Amino acid sequence: MKQMTAKECLDRAEAESLSLGELSLAIESENGGSMENSLDRLSSMLSVMEAEVENALTAPVLSVSGLTGGDGYLYEQYRQKGSSLLGQIPALATAYALSASETNAAMGRIVACPTAGSCGIVPACVLAVSRIRDISWEKVLEALACAGLVGMLIDEHASLAGAQGGCQAECGSAAAMAAAAVVEMLGGSPKAAFDAAAIAIKNQLGLVCDPVAGLVEIPCIKRNVGGVSIALSAADLALAGIESRIPFDDTVDAMNRVGRALPAALRETALGGLATTPTGKEMQKKVFGNG
Amino acid sequence: MGLFDIMGPVMIGPSSSHTAGAARLGRLVRQLTGGEIRKVTMYLHGSFATTYRGHGTDKALLAGILDMLPSDERLRDSFRLADEAGIQYTFIPTDLGEDYHPNTVKFVVETDTGVTHTVIGASIGGGQVLIREIDSLQVRFTGERPIIICQHEDHPGVIAGISTVLYEAHINIGNMNVDRDRGRESHTAQMYIEIDSLPDKGLEEKIRAIPGILNAMILLPVQE
Repeated sequence: MKQMTAKECLDRAEAESLSLGELSLAIESENGGSMENSLDRLSSMLSVMEAEVENALTAPVLSVSGLTGGDGYLYEQYRQKGSSLLGQIPALATAYALSASETNAAMGRIVACPTAGSCGIVPACVLAVSRIRDISWEKVLEALACAGLVGMLIDEHASLAGAQGGCQAECGSAAAMAAAAVVEMLGGSPKAAFDAAAIAIKNQLGLVCDPVAGLVEIPCIKRNVGGVSIALSAADLALAGIESRIPFDDTVDAMNRVGRALPAALRETALGGLATTPTGKEMQKKVFGNG
Repeated sequence: MGLFDIMGPVMIGPSSSHTAGAARLGRLVRQLTGGEIRKVTMYLHGSFATTYRGHGTDKALLAGILDMLPSDERLRDSFRLADEAGIQYTFIPTDLGEDYHPNTVKFVVETDTGVTHTVIGASIGGGQVLIREIDSLQVRFTGERPIIICQHEDHPGVIAGISTVLYEAHINIGNMNVDRDRGRESHTAQMYIEIDSLPDKGLEEKIRAIPGILNAMILLPVQE
């Protein structure tokens, strides 16, 4: 399959009056998957997402290593009291992102989207918006297909792997996917969806992958929350009619070049950044001994 | 690259390569070795050797050996479930050398009939896996498309026989590799053929019936 660009997708979506989600499903069926099968698969993923975003809110869920856990529960208590500084949607999405990421760290069931380490961002944004704005299941499935299309474009022109592109490739890509999905759910144009994705990428460009002890926990769980904030603010700008001055394809190109310029120590090797702080090294010792 | 390379898989966390891929790898090994597994020794190489505990790689590998999917919530309890099933398991961090992917495992499996198999495979990212070696035969099996593995007498016509059988079944060959068993006086060779479509049930028997074929096995894609 030849490499697509966002510009080509946009031209086609506009010519055929398709949303990006509809276009994504059309492309999938042109490549051999049936539309019905795609929707079934997305639907079963959405069910898993619904469970994962609430799993760690009603009681503390601890990670396998013992390094993290319980934050989703704490935040949900605080949110329920009405204390959050954030509006209804961002506060709910924050709780959801913590829950999904903590569920992942506790060996619970999640949907990788695009990766397990960044699994909280897309479901948190999509489900918080869909619940508070009362969006239908079918529209949410299309929004997930839209998120998938954005992810495919990033994968083709840059990378979705922290080991290759740093955290911008994982949480950055997830935030771009979520931003586009939210714009699509709320009736924004395909161009607005790509603008939101571009803005989200710009705000996480250069983010390093420096997991403490090499585990998908610190800082991954809280970076999922950061990704949610960036995704929702980017979607908000795009829905207000604000454009990204740098188009999506160019932001992905920048992301690719920035990822290549990152030293290996900051690409999921646990040899730099937070992983090699005194606290990070102490935690590594605690989990793995002196290895 | 399609939609479902980005969205999904549904999996038990925390890592697509260190957990989901590990479970798929274990399950592939179970399918490859056939029969019931009595004992399994897993030699963990590279990143798997250093971080397997924190990612639950050991639990995931064993869950796969127990036939669980990467999305099975019982994966966390695989040690207990293996104990209950009477399966012996050991994890040994090792160094297989630079030629191997950082997330490689060498499985030494003993079945209840006393046969020992050695399989080497890697979790290559995003939950994808690649089997590199089955009982010293070099392969490239991803579990996505069916493959045929066979041992045959090393003389002209045997490969033509197989390709005729496949042609008659309208099955396209995507990839194939033939390797003579060197250093032995056996005059045999091994072959693996990746095919593009699911074979009918009788295909394995038809291949076995080809003159010169000593043994053949068809591995089907991992069902998830």
